[in-house]
Amino acid sequence: MTDTSNAHQLGFSRRSLLVMTASALPLAALPSFAQSDDNDIKQVKSSLFGDRKIQDGRVEVKLPPIAENGNSVALDISVDSPMTESDHVKQIVVLSPLNPEALVSRYTLTPANGKAAISARIRLAGSQTIEVIAEMSDGTLWRGKKPTLVTLAACVIG
Amino acid sequence: MSTIRLSVPETAKKNEIIEIKAMIQHPMETGYRRGMRGEVIERDIITLFECRYDGEIFFEGEFHPGIAANPFLSFYLKATKTAELVFRWTDQTGQSWSETATLTVT
Repeated sequence: MTDTSNAHQLGFSRRSLLVMTASALPLAALPSFAQSDDNDIKQVKSSLFGDRKIQDGRVEVKLPPIAENGNSVALDISVDSPMTESDHVKQIVVLSPLNPEALVSRYTLTPANGKAAISARIRLAGSQTIEVIAEMSDGTLWRGKKPTLVTLAACVIG
Repeated sequence: MSTIRLSVPETAKKNEIIEIKAMIQHPMETGYRRGMRGEVIERDIITLFECRYDGEIFFEGEFHPGIAANPFLSFYLKATKTAELVFRWTDQTGQSWSETATLTVT
């Protein structure tokens, strides 16, 4: 009902209001389904990294462009690092802006890994952009992102 | 008993970087699903994975409900010596499962 009164105030015609509501509906409806109420990505990031600067780059994230089943999606991560005693990846954090819990997983690496690359299978509660943050031995933080379209979300059926 | 599957090369050249794959059979029940009568299905997940090389932990994974059932991981190891690799998964209650593999470095 607020829509109608607003339209009057702003002087919209009946038709333009109809068109506007129709086009706005799908957009408005999506977030309420997709956005989980208590996804805590900001909180998780600040509890893990405080207000330290996160730079984009050095982290490559691979996800299928379309994931048919959100219950198991292949995730490949590789971080540009020589993995030596003095310069290596200390941890890799996988974050989701949409799942019921933002923190998906966290990996601790050492120079013994020789190569900073991992693969895992994750659950996705809907189409979203997965964020991966790598913490280096020098304390710097680097980020990579990858969007994916999920046709069957996790949690709904399986 | 949970089934564990490992893929570790039997031999490697010194300083060769090898890929290791490890999977354990586990439902990774999220705690967000509901059963037939609308009751919440209790959470049951593996929370920690550790891999040791000659007794030392060199790779660790912390799992949350966003990890798919039958958690699979692939990661790398720089082969420096002939030693045992121990893979260990621990669930939220502290129960754990482990498996070993021997890597021979030539």
